[in-house]
Order: sequence, then C-alpha cells, then structure tokens
Amino acid sequence: MASPRAGLGLEARAIRVRFGELAALDGVDLVLDGAQPVAILGPNGAGKSVLLRTLHGLIAPDEGEIRWAGSTERPRDQAMVFQRAVMLRRSALANIEYALAVNGIEGTERRDRAHEALARARLSHLASRPARALSGGEQQRVALARAWALRPRVVFLDEPTASLDPGAAAEVERLMAEMRAAGTAIVFTTHHLGLARRASSDIVFLDHGRVVERTPADSFFTAPRSKQAAEYLQGELP
Amino acid sequence: MRDIAASFTLALGLATGGDPQFWGIVELSLAVSIASAFAACALGMPLGALVAVKEFPGRRAVVVVMNSLFGLPSVVVGLVVYLLLSRAGPLGAWGILFTPPAIVIAQSILVLPVVAALARQFVEDAWRGYREQLTSLGVSATRAVPTLLWDLRYSLLTVVLAGLGRATSEVGAVMIVGGNIDGVTRVMTTAIALETSKGNLPLALGLGVVLLTVVLVLNAGAYAVREWSMKRHG
Repeated sequence: MASPRAGLGLEARAIRVRFGELAALDGVDLVLDGAQPVAILGPNGAGKSVLLRTLHGLIAPDEGEIRWAGSTERPRDQAMVFQRAVMLRRSALANIEYALAVNGIEGTERRDRAHEALARARLSHLASRPARALSGGEQQRVALARAWALRPRVVFLDEPTASLDPGAAAEVERLMAEMRAAGTAIVFTTHHLGLARRASSDIVFLDHGRVVERTPADSFFTAPRSKQAAEYLQGELP
Repeated sequence: MRDIAASFTLALGLATGGDPQFWGIVELSLAVSIASAFAACALGMPLGALVAVKEFPGRRAVVVVMNSLFGLPSVVVGLVVYLLLSRAGPLGAWGILFTPPAIVIAQSILVLPVVAALARQFVEDAWRGYREQLTSLGVSATRAVPTLLWDLRYSLLTVVLAGLGRATSEVGAVMIVGGNIDGVTRVMTTAIALETSKGNLPLALGLGVVLLTVVLVLNAGAYAVREWSMKRHG
C-alpha cells in the first residue's frame, strides 16, 4: 500500500458552526494527518456532514479555524463526494473532463486522466453515456472517478454508500480502497458500521456537534470508550 | 359565427396561397420577433443567472424589480424608444425610427425582463442542487453561470418560448416605433389591429389564426425537443 502523500496536516481548532439557534458543531478539535482512513460516525443530527463540509471548506466556521499544514488557506488538491452524486447534463466522461478543465488540466492530459479514472471505476464502457441516465451506483462511481481524476491529497466522502444496493456499495468500497492504496487520504461519514469497520483505521465519534471520542477502529467496535458510542453501537441512539 | 367560419377559410387560403404581401407580413413578424427574443435571451439569461447565483447587497430588491418589470407597459416602452430614436432624441442620428430595427429594440426591451426573471428562477432552483458540487470542484459563482445555462438548456427553451411569445404578441410599442407602414414595418399584430379598425374582420381573424398556428408550431417543436432531450440526458 502506498503511503499517503506526506502529511495532510489538517487541523480543526475549536470549530463552532451554528444554523440559527442550533449549534451543528460545538467546539470541535480534530487533527487528521491522512496516514489512516478515518470514519466519522454518530447518530442522526450529530454534525457529521457539517464537519465534513467544514473540513472541505464548503462551510465557513462561525468560530475557530481550519489549518492545512499551518496555513488557513484552503488547498485545491482535495475533493468531496456527496451522498447523492451531482452529475452535469453531459456524458460520464464529460463530467470528469469538466472537473479537470476547471482545475486547469487541458488538452490530451485531461482526456487521458478522465479515461484513466473511468477505467479505475470500471466504467469505461459507459464513458459516452449521459451521466444522469446511469444508475445511482454508477453515478456514485463516476463521482468517485471524478474526484480521483483530480489526484487530490484527500477525499472527503459523505455517506458514499447510502441508498446503494449491496453490489453498488461494494464497488464504491473497492474504489475507496484503491484510492487509499494509491496514496489518497480518505475521510468519510457513514451509518454503515460494516463499511466503517472495513474501510477505516480510525473512528471519530460525534454527538451533538462534539467529538465524543476518537478511537482506533479495532477497539471502537469492541470496546468504545464513551457511553454515547456504546449506546449508538447497541442501536439505542437514533 | 359566419365571420369565424370565413376567417378560417381565409386563413387557409392565405396560408396555402402565395400572396406576397401576406407572407411578407408573416416573415417580418417572425424576423423581428426572433431577433428580439435572441437579443433579450443573449443578455437576459446570463443576467438572470448571475442574479440567481451571486450574493450581493440589495439582491432581493433586484429580484423584486426584475419580477416587477415583467409587467412593463408596452406603450410606455414604445413611447420611450420613440423619444430616444426620434430625430430630436439622443439616438436620432441612427435614423431607424419607423424601421424594423426600431421594432426589434422596443420588443427586446419588453422581452428582456421576462427572460431575465424566468431564467433567474430556473437557475436559482437548479443552483440549490449544484452549488456544493460545483463549489467543491473550485467553480466560482460567476464561472458557474455558463455551466448552469448549458446544463439547463432544455428547460430554458421554455424561457425562450415565453420571450418569443411576448415579442410576437406585441402591438402597442410596435405600432408606436414601427408606424405600421405597409410593406416596411407592418407585422401580424399591427395588421390585425388595422384590419379590425377597418371592419375587415375575416382578414383580421385569418391573420390571428395564422399567428396562433405559428406560436403553436413553435411550442410543439420546443416541447418535442425538451421531451426527447430529457429522455436522452436525464
């Protein structure tokens, strides 16, 4: 397995995000070095998706700061895959090429990288098909290929296998593993404990907008340190 | 009842016959309306899209003004354009009053708010779904405008048709800046108004039937394109 490109150095310090009266994130401190895939778990409304978007830079924190290797400037070499893939009304290949074009990749390199990403997602045969006409699982794989084509240092994935059938979910999981093997840091949220167990080495458990515990995946599922995580694993938290 | 039956017979006769005067009116109507709709779309769609995606102070007021201009009184627009283009006006040197370009200018001004307001609404609705993905890819709001307009191209056909409909149905402003000059600026709507005032109701109704048919054919074509594209592209 290739090691991730040196030092992600992502630090979230005392992050607070509010939506009106609701504190979606309430003083989150988190350091991610990207060395190990990280799963963010927690009950509904815990703030998982908000944390992921804040780390990615889509949501500006009301308080606190995000630092990348000491800098507050958001680097471009990162990507995000959303729960529901957003596809432009063009072919699968053109969707990937668009992402590359807006990131300054031109000419034959753009086409080659787009084809390569589709091949990794085992979707080369669907390259010219309208992306929106693909199945949900195929669209999610195109979204992963699009993220991968950008060759990011880190990919954030928000519930990447939600609403997918087992076969499609397995393909997405395989792609995540390949990205990881190729040296891309992986941070994802999920409600699928099986996916979290298989695809992550580190678990960040959130509840009510706070990091309740951070534990290696091996021990989290057998001996969680917090009461909330134990209840969540037993299915008592929503 | 007799007038209505006669008008349909006349309309059929006009549509199948080769009356150059009649076809000249139809041709000019379509030419000025398409030119106006094109000009209004070229300006109004990016403008509407930009208002939809950009955050700026006073945005809500701009949206309210855009929507209000939907009901811009056509005779007022005609009068303003007349004053601008009349010999003593600031654009009098152009010498285009009572010519088809004057009609295009007046109609474009009337169609622009329709196109801009509808495009804004379409793009704003779509932007909610696209925003996070495009922002994540590093696309700024301004740069998202052409992407969104292209992605919504089939939905925006409805906006083009609304603009075209507004242009083809215009009478007041066209009458003021065009002058309804036979063979020069007479279009279907002004011809209908003229024939009605002369009491030639069958001809007026006949022209009306042709006008409706043109609009119907354009709408049917656009609907077919939209349906086909939605099936193909999702």
